Amino acid sequence: MSLGKIWVLAEFAEAKPTTATLELLSAASTFADRVEAFAWGEGVADYSGVLGDYGVSKLYDIGSLAGSLPGPKVAAAMAEAISKDSAPDAIFFATSYDGRDAAARLSARLSVGVITNVVNLVAEGNELNAEHAIFGGEMILTSKFTASAPRIFVIRAKSFAPEAKDTASCEVVPASVSDLGSTDGAKIVSSHVEERSGPKLDEAPVVVSGGRGLGQPDRYQLVEELASLLAGAPGASRAIVDAGWVPYSYQVGQTGKTVKPNLYIAVGISGATQHMVGMKGSKNIVAINKDKEAPIFQVCDFGIVGDASKIVPKLIEAIKAR
Amino acid sequence: MNICVCVKQIPDPTVAPSLDPTTNNLVRAGKLVLDDSDTFGVEMALQLVDAAGGGEVTLVSMAPNDEVSGIRTGLAMGAAKGILVSDPELAGSDALSTAKVLAAAIRTTEFDLVITATESTDGYTGTTPVQIAELLGLPSVSFAKKVEIVDGTLKVERQTEAGFDEVTSPLPALVTVTAGVVEPRYPSFKGIMSAKSKPVTTLKVADLGLSGQVGGANSGQQVVSVRKAEARQAGTIIEDGDDAIVQLVGYLEQLKVI
Repeated sequence: MSLGKIWVLAEFAEAKPTTATLELLSAASTFADRVEAFAWGEGVADYSGVLGDYGVSKLYDIGSLAGSLPGPKVAAAMAEAISKDSAPDAIFFATSYDGRDAAARLSARLSVGVITNVVNLVAEGNELNAEHAIFGGEMILTSKFTASAPRIFVIRAKSFAPEAKDTASCEVVPASVSDLGSTDGAKIVSSHVEERSGPKLDEAPVVVSGGRGLGQPDRYQLVEELASLLAGAPGASRAIVDAGWVPYSYQVGQTGKTVKPNLYIAVGISGATQHMVGMKGSKNIVAINKDKEAPIFQVCDFGIVGDASKIVPKLIEAIKAR
Repeated sequence: MNICVCVKQIPDPTVAPSLDPTTNNLVRAGKLVLDDSDTFGVEMALQLVDAAGGGEVTLVSMAPNDEVSGIRTGLAMGAAKGILVSDPELAGSDALSTAKVLAAAIRTTEFDLVITATESTDGYTGTTPVQIAELLGLPSVSFAKKVEIVDGTLKVERQTEAGFDEVTSPLPALVTVTAGVVEPRYPSFKGIMSAKSKPVTTLKVADLGLSGQVGGANSGQQVVSVRKAEARQAGTIIEDGDDAIVQLVGYLEQLKVI
């Protein structure tokens, strides 16, 4: 407990806090005496109980936002709370679509810097040192703020374990903001859910990812089939996302999701630094690639040098035959 | 329809990157190239200008040593002109400094839309675009996987955790595009030749009125240390053959995933 107060932007999906939110709240509780959360959405005040379980003593309810993209109003609500009272020592945002927007808006509004892609925080006196993986996770760079509070950190998923604390009572205070004019001009017209069967990519115990080494787009089906046989989720390298084989939401890596499954199978992925940073923390890694010099073989536990488009069908057959 | 595209000129990603041992800043002294992530934005801008039936695409970049090779690549694709901010004062800039510089550079030209990538390939901070939007007082739509302009309104399909949202915004606005949003064209020979004579304005920090406000000295953060990450133990690597699948299945059984 070295800091006085940390704020966390709490995000919700399917009527509960996201896993990343719980991770941030748990981390905040270990570093600060007091943790407060900001949240938006219809009826988020109802979730003060679960936030209390994770150590939140005050919830700032920004309101439903009525179709606005949340970034501008979340930043404005935080800036307003700072001007009325005082800045917290640190503010934690998740590396999510909305978390990054809100952190960026707040940083520019307050003219304070932001440290992103944080994978670990270490308290040193009254300072938080942030660790960030560079060069594909080969090196860890530690940095800290030298300017005054608030320190804005954008933290990658799975950097901290989500752990409930003793239940605390969580007070709810309204934090709606007035009209922001042009910056708040972007409105959500409709939301679409892309159905994906099986577990979510960033929560699956097994992830099977495909890359360029598959040779052609239709062979991505092999990745999906293998993932489904192993009760896992299919993922992808940036190369095949860039090439349009699969949507961006499948991407594992620096610009994409961080996964830490029990088992990660890289199919036809060479292991560019871009990719490695998103999957290197997996417990067990299997690689199938025809280039035996591919960097992926330096991090895998079990590797086969060969043509992925031939090996995967044989593997699928062998698993089915069991 | 005039569109500004922010482009980053980065160290060649095929060459192993390194850090300056004194400053721990990324070494950016060698030849720089256009970040692949930005080719999607350039292409998107060219298509939107075409669809609007007029206007031009301006590339805006911040780079050391008056570097323009990446800008030339974008000009060869079809952009009309470039604005480069290059100044020793900018060494060690953080994302907010970079955003202040790019926002000020964008203000020097006329625009209806600003397009950027979601993040750069080298630094990947990922906040610069929306910081620019806030500094310019613009609405922003990040993570666009489809972009159209219909009757003067921006229409975007924005990536979400669950799928995508349809988002609309009045112009001017800023949009960040994901890779794969469009297929970037390769510069033609004619494009490459004409790019050499297209105008690139080079500006200094003082020209933008930002002296003493940007660069490493004003970033408010510092690198404490750099260390090697814990290396993973080398595993078993085998050549494909009759036995390979049996061994792999055995490995998966041992992990109890099958």
